Amino acid sequence: MGITFRKETFRDDFTFKNSPEHIRRFPFPFHEDAYMYAVNIEPHVVGPKGSVLENLIDVDEHYVAEMQDRALVLAEDPLRCQSLPHMTLAGWDLLELLMEQQALGYPEHFTLTRDGDRWRWINRPLGIDDTFTFGDTSTLPYGPMEYITRQSQGDFCILDQRDGNLWMDAGMVTTQADWSLDFDIGMNFFEWHAPVPLAHEKGIFVRALKFLTNIQQGKPARRLNWTMTINPRLDTSPENYHKWGPDRATVTPENVGDKVHLRVELQSFWRLPRSNGIVFPIRCYLIKMDELVTQPKWARRLHRVIRDLPDELANYKGLTRYRPALVEWLSKLDDGSATSPGFGPD
Amino acid sequence: MSTGTTKLDVVVSDVVPVNDLVTRFHFRRRDGELLPTFSGGAHVVVEMRDGERTRLNPYSLMGSPLDTREYTISVRRDDVGRGGSLFMHRNVRPGLEMVVSYPVNLFSLDRRARKHLMLAGGIGITPFMAQTAQLAAEGGNFELHYTCRTASLGTYADVLRERYDRRVRLYHDDLDERIELDRLLSTQPLGTHLYVCGPAGMINWVRDRAASLGWPAETVHFEHFAAPQPGLPFDVTLAVSGKTIRVDEQQSLLEAIEAAGVDPPYLCRGGVCGQCETNVVSYDGKFIHNDHWLSEEDHRSGCKIMPCVSRFEGRSLVLER
Repeated sequence: MGITFRKETFRDDFTFKNSPEHIRRFPFPFHEDAYMYAVNIEPHVVGPKGSVLENLIDVDEHYVAEMQDRALVLAEDPLRCQSLPHMTLAGWDLLELLMEQQALGYPEHFTLTRDGDRWRWINRPLGIDDTFTFGDTSTLPYGPMEYITRQSQGDFCILDQRDGNLWMDAGMVTTQADWSLDFDIGMNFFEWHAPVPLAHEKGIFVRALKFLTNIQQGKPARRLNWTMTINPRLDTSPENYHKWGPDRATVTPENVGDKVHLRVELQSFWRLPRSNGIVFPIRCYLIKMDELVTQPKWARRLHRVIRDLPDELANYKGLTRYRPALVEWLSKLDDGSATSPGFGPD
Repeated sequence: MSTGTTKLDVVVSDVVPVNDLVTRFHFRRRDGELLPTFSGGAHVVVEMRDGERTRLNPYSLMGSPLDTREYTISVRRDDVGRGGSLFMHRNVRPGLEMVVSYPVNLFSLDRRARKHLMLAGGIGITPFMAQTAQLAAEGGNFELHYTCRTASLGTYADVLRERYDRRVRLYHDDLDERIELDRLLSTQPLGTHLYVCGPAGMINWVRDRAASLGWPAETVHFEHFAAPQPGLPFDVTLAVSGKTIRVDEQQSLLEAIEAAGVDPPYLCRGGVCGQCETNVVSYDGKFIHNDHWLSEEDHRSGCKIMPCVSRFEGRSLVLER
């Protein structure tokens, strides 16, 4: 039967919405009533049917609209997609991974046929049917990374591994939580994480790097990260701060439910076979407060998390300005009763 | 179990003697599917069921990464080693079902290099077989200098000369041919990366000369498969699991820990990757560190050991395992 793709926008009139099924499958990131950094990395294995982990590369009802939004961002700012010259092979690795995974998980929407180097890729939702030679960039309309990431939800960073470090040497980044590929390109793991508060002191990045440089082929890993966004805007980039930054001053007690969105990133890490690089997909899920609080457990827990969040973290995540209004609004939905363990709704 | 990588069920599809010391083994998947793609320089860990004992030895993949119908490794017989290579030579025949790990690459090409300068000694040629195949297919710029004892022990020298002609330069010890290393290292174009795989003495020599001649450390890559060395037997107490074990002469400490049913993580089993790093709780005696992972300071401190390649002599050793 396949997915019914929504017609919606992530800018201007902001018509983005989650269907009731998509609300229930939202990857709520808090397993307890408090939040602090941890190296919360686990094996990226297939999860329950009906969850965002049902397939290792998730395609959902927002697919077509997200790809249209990406095309708009790229038309305005081509530097959101960059690949340093030594990363082309890794781009082919990524193209193979995403075509294989999307065709495997959603055969009604995507088909990959291979005859040696001759590949045919059919993407029905976007009306694409291309035949090309794997490894020959001249047979595709874009470089391999750009070609496939214009057809895949989420941002993608391709990291080169050398000298015991990871280097941000290629990526497609249009749905980011206030960071810039153009700024970070060529940086190593410690350099691009430099702005994150508290975590350096806890030695988190040293341990995380050790883990990531040892990610093995066939054994991807994942973690969840989160922040909040005003209006369902995918492109909250530093380049466009002037467009979305002022939105944070528009939150009032009356419009919290509609304007404030929890933004969750499902980050996964995969070893790429030919290049020995690592690809880091950052898949963004948005949900407005009105939708989220349809699950009473999530409403109670989110209230406690936001209320008790350390100020440094609230500030880093850009919540400071509207936190009081949000906490006040959520407090009315928190009767103080216990929440069950785990992420899922009751 | 947290150890190692995903495993592949394979069958030995061919066994080919290459010369007096080296035999090549071919593996295919038992289910007939293609094997995972790999990158030049990757190795697999081969599991050998040798009677009561399980041996886990790493070998570089030497086939072309473009052909994943089979994996090929070449094993040099070591008559005084701990027995893994002898097992491969004596017991492994076509049709034998074996298990190998997914490929792991700890000796990757740096794709920023404008030129790849490769130095191989003896059986250290194997990762370069895959790397040159990969580079040749994409028009990469490489040059290989290969030292072997005699022409008849120059494993794959003929194949390499035929494939790459003047890009391969051979040196034979018995003819007193030597790499003119200083001249070679002094005349490379800017942007060259250096790769060396061979005996420890060769690796140290090349790294040392490269450093003296001003090569930045990040342009010098080396693969140092330190095979675990045999030694005197010793006893170890595993504090976490509450076991006391004996490490035999021909066994590595890691193998003895595994034989006791404790599974520390590992990847390379050659003292390079750092996965099996183990804290020492207490000791009375002397460590024999053979790894390339811990710093000299770590070695002196007596607080850490790499059980895949290092040993101990003395009265007591207690590890946090």
